[in-house]
Amino acid sequence: MTTLGATGNVNAPSKADASGATSAIPEVDVDPFSNEFFENPHPSHEVLREAGPVVRFDKWNVYGVARYAEVHTVLNDPATFCSSRGVGLSDFAKEQPWRPPSLILEADPPAHTRTRAVLNRVLSPAIMKQLRDRFSAAAAKKADELVSKGSFDAIADLAEGFPLSVFPDAMGLKQEGREHLMPYAGLVFNAFGPPNKLRQDALERSAPHQAYIAEQCQRENLAPGGFGACIHAQADTGEITAAEAPMLVRSLLSAGLDTTVNGLGAAIYCLARFPEQWARLRKEPSLARNAFEEAIRFESPVQTFFRTTTRQVDISGFRIGEGEKVLMFLGSANRDPRRWENPDTYDIKRPTSGHVGFGSGIHMCVGQLLARLEGEVMLSALARKVGAIEITGQVKRRYNNTLRGLDSLPITITPA
Amino acid sequence: MQVATRNGLTGIVAECGGNAMCATCHVYVDENWIGRLTAMSADEDALLDGAAAERLSNSRLSCQIKLADDLDGLVLRLPEKQI
Repeated sequence: MTTLGATGNVNAPSKADASGATSAIPEVDVDPFSNEFFENPHPSHEVLREAGPVVRFDKWNVYGVARYAEVHTVLNDPATFCSSRGVGLSDFAKEQPWRPPSLILEADPPAHTRTRAVLNRVLSPAIMKQLRDRFSAAAAKKADELVSKGSFDAIADLAEGFPLSVFPDAMGLKQEGREHLMPYAGLVFNAFGPPNKLRQDALERSAPHQAYIAEQCQRENLAPGGFGACIHAQADTGEITAAEAPMLVRSLLSAGLDTTVNGLGAAIYCLARFPEQWARLRKEPSLARNAFEEAIRFESPVQTFFRTTTRQVDISGFRIGEGEKVLMFLGSANRDPRRWENPDTYDIKRPTSGHVGFGSGIHMCVGQLLARLEGEVMLSALARKVGAIEITGQVKRRYNNTLRGLDSLPITITPA
Repeated sequence: MQVATRNGLTGIVAECGGNAMCATCHVYVDENWIGRLTAMSADEDALLDGAAAERLSNSRLSCQIKLADDLDGLVLRLPEKQI
């Protein structure tokens, strides 16, 4: 058994397994769901990557992959590494899910294929074209507002403010109750984690948020022309049943806001910390879309997801049994020096294609085009209208079992 | 697509990394080659409707073109924009 402590020390008495077929998988006593880890995951990610292609977390009884190659492999073999047993720590074959399983995220083919096709249509490139002008106008308005303000919190007023000004309306949500959206999303993403305090506390407070969400998924509460109405319309054609439509609306309400908030927050934080990249972006606002994409790679707002093995499998020569949870470190894969040159540098001209910040394979984020649209138009508006960006107060991190982002980023901006 | 992006060809963006989810690896296939590619799926067909540049009868997503010996010499033209 090879043991790695948080300091990276390695104890390595060797042990062959019964068949002698494969090497022992190194055990690590790191807790990837602790506040210490969240505060600064990158040195720990390196420890995990260097330990080997596969590691084992004693604390939570799960395997882990932190290198790009293995994360990409696991994501692209859904038959072996399934989602229907949950994509959090909880194994749906062994315990009750905290809410009815998602018909898309927590599903395998062929069920997944059918529901994915529905959401693909709702969030297609053709639909994005229709939204572009409206979203660009909202971004310009937000940028003007913020330039007038001068000093503000880039999380509350921009990273949250902009998505909140476009996404709920695009969904077709009514005005009342929108304050439940972020807490619900925080709960969903905390619930993928282990049964720690973050998860327990979130579940304890969950009832009013769950009630709001369930109501808004109903057809009568979703305005014509929005994403929600579009989903329900597909029940009319028989693609999905009327009972399934609200669940797919729930998926968008779960995953369509907090993610983009953390993505945009990541981009602003990157541009504020890397002034040469901000200067480059101001000079060439057409780099906005890639600046957003690079922020997704660099910060990886969605840090982790699990899969469950459906059979015994060898990952890079290491054997894992059936029914085991495998934790994929998307954020670590996105900074693996085996795949990326100067991975710890934020470079808005970097070719980012292949990063796993939106996942990869059949479950790759169905909302990725919407996320990119939001990120592109907001960064483009800022690039054209803002002169300097300065961090002017204490930066505070927001802790979540899955999402990486800040709680507070006080900045002062000047007009261009 | 992979060959293009690995060789620094910026006219193919491939935001989704080859997962047939973004339509930013759009190419126009030369008329001498278009009939020799495997047929497009319904997903690819739907995505091409959302491509940034004009969809033509010879439009394909380059991430769905699997290179093999029989495609040696394949000629593709790039659209004026991918976003």
